[in-house]
Amino acid sequence: MTLLQVSDLVKTFGAGEAETRVLRGLNLTLKTAELAALLGPSGSGKSTLLTILGTLMRPTSGAHTMLGVDLTRADDRALTEFRNRHIGFVFQFHNLLPDFTALENVIFPTAVREGRESAAARTRGAELLVRMGLKDRIQFPTANLSGGQKQRVAVARALMNRPELVLADEPTGNLDRASAGQVMDLIAEINRDEGTTFLISTHDEKIAALCRRQIVVGDGVVTG
Amino acid sequence: MLYAAKIASRYLTASLAQTGLLVLGVALGVFIFIFMSALIGGLASFILARTAGDMAHVTIQAEAQDPALLGPAQGVLLAQGPATGHTAILRDTAALLPLIAALPGVTGVSPQINGSGFMTRGGEVIQVSIMGLEPGRESVIANLASYILQGSADLASGGVLLGKTLAEDLDVTLGQQVRLTSTQGVEALLTVTGIYQMGSGGPDRRQAYVGLATARVLIQMPQGVTRVEIKLTDLYAADALAPQIKALTGLDAKSWTEQAAQLLDALQAQAQTGYILKAFALLTIIIGVASALLLSTYRRRPEIGIMRAMGAGRGFVMAVFVIQGGLIGVMGGLLGAGLGYLVLLAFPGRESFSSGSGLPIDITQGAYGLAIWLTTLGAVLASILPARSAARLDPVTAIGQ
Ligand SMILES: Nc1ncnc2c1ncn2[C@@H]1O[C@H](COP(=O)(O)OP(=O)(O)O)[C@@H](O)[C@H]1O
Ligand SMILES: [Mg+2]
Repeated sequence: MTLLQVSDLVKTFGAGEAETRVLRGLNLTLKTAELAALLGPSGSGKSTLLTILGTLMRPTSGAHTMLGVDLTRADDRALTEFRNRHIGFVFQFHNLLPDFTALENVIFPTAVREGRESAAARTRGAELLVRMGLKDRIQFPTANLSGGQKQRVAVARALMNRPELVLADEPTGNLDRASAGQVMDLIAEINRDEGTTFLISTHDEKIAALCRRQIVVGDGVVTG
Repeated sequence: MLYAAKIASRYLTASLAQTGLLVLGVALGVFIFIFMSALIGGLASFILARTAGDMAHVTIQAEAQDPALLGPAQGVLLAQGPATGHTAILRDTAALLPLIAALPGVTGVSPQINGSGFMTRGGEVIQVSIMGLEPGRESVIANLASYILQGSADLASGGVLLGKTLAEDLDVTLGQQVRLTSTQGVEALLTVTGIYQMGSGGPDRRQAYVGLATARVLIQMPQGVTRVEIKLTDLYAADALAPQIKALTGLDAKSWTEQAAQLLDALQAQAQTGYILKAFALLTIIIGVASALLLSTYRRRPEIGIMRAMGAGRGFVMAVFVIQGGLIGVMGGLLGAGLGYLVLLAFPGRESFSSGSGLPIDITQGAYGLAIWLTTLGAVLASILPARSAARLDPVTAIGQ
């Protein structure tokens, strides 16, 4: 089943002489429960594509639908709500709120929607952290976690509201091989068990090999 | 809101030293606000007590008889009778004085005969104003007894009280005699029974107090008085009491505020200076909070971006920073008010204040509630600009991946 579709996606930055065309009519379809790697050299537009798919940035032109919703027509409020319910993010850096515990970070997407930290949210957040192998780090201030642990907290948070899609921009780019493998194993496990779609940008062939689909971008379009 | 408040308070507790400094800065502004309120308020009370304290609060002055208007005759536009030329007299006051004295809020009533004349001793001739007071009521209006340097304030018949400067100019001392001639041409030889110093130039230089009986002879006023002065417990009640006295007696009673416009102006100017200083204190608070929060939003840009990515709306981000401003305002306000109260406690009360020793601070006029309220409001207003800029951040650039 089709989860999201973009077609003729164009994104340019700047204007006139300084204009950079990053995406040049890109087409892409993602299905439910896909585990896909997004490959391409640095500067090829992977992050740009992910932020557009995540509704954090609007394309210059092109169509963008997800779950049957035309996202190019939605206003900021609607996009925020859509993002909260249907999309999870894992970034490379600065993922977590440093002044909050692991659990507080994980339940943020639910708490911000409900206006409070409910007991149910705490229970789910703790379960997710246990699943990420962080049973003894639940109440830890995130500032005291290792890089690998931080990324696993970020994955747990991305899953908190049971989104259909998780976008991960080089989630292991900052980690050693063992930690990176651990994070990828967890992602693969969630994808298999819950049917969550993952789109993971990376330029690590070994990470890409763990995904069932490889999408390569180059010159602003999907080349493979 | 509750959740935004949780994030806001966590942000404040996360950097305790920074928050502490900010709150302290706000508290300092509040302290200045409160100190100024207590000082300006205390100063106004002090000045009033000093000046209006020796002043009559309500005065009944005999009006110079208006020339009678005669009914216009045929072909005559206006006919006027001759002016009387005599000193204006309040007749029949004797029966009215007890009525006035019985009014609630009235502490004293002083019937007076005023006039002018000149004093001579040796070759010196000095113009003076004659103030005839009822013996036993010398200190009802101005506390004459408290200003006496030599002798006493009691106005015995044949006695006169002179200001220190006047006595010096005439070169007389206690117990000596001076000659007083009124403008009516009556002459009296009086004994100096007291010398006073009020501190203000006028009365010390040109006022001679005599008994009412002596004044009657000098001014040639066998009955009635020229003026009745009335003192109140609360000088601000004068505006309400004057018409009451007027209605009761049919006499033209005037509140001190009608005559003391200058004093009121001065007090008003002083209050305005106070407002300006207080406004600056508030402005300092607002600028301090705004700049601190602006810095905080800048420092937390990536976090704001993350929160937005996780589904926090603009309103939520805005609330996080406005609540921080409000919390800083409340804490700084309470701290500053508490601090202000403690410091003001250390000052001697206004009652014990005498000029030249410290400040006439009135701890009850600190406007503590107003200070806390205005500070909180100011801090919330100050946070709106930084909060808006935080809410409008583009999440992608904020995250800065
Ligand atoms: N906000 C921006 N303004 C101008 N140029 C940008 C902006 N964001 C990205 N770019 C440019 O777009 C191109 C693609 O960037 P990006 O999507 O980050 O690539 P990747 O993630 O594949 O390395 C780069 O050349 C980058 O300089
Ligand atoms: Mg990138």
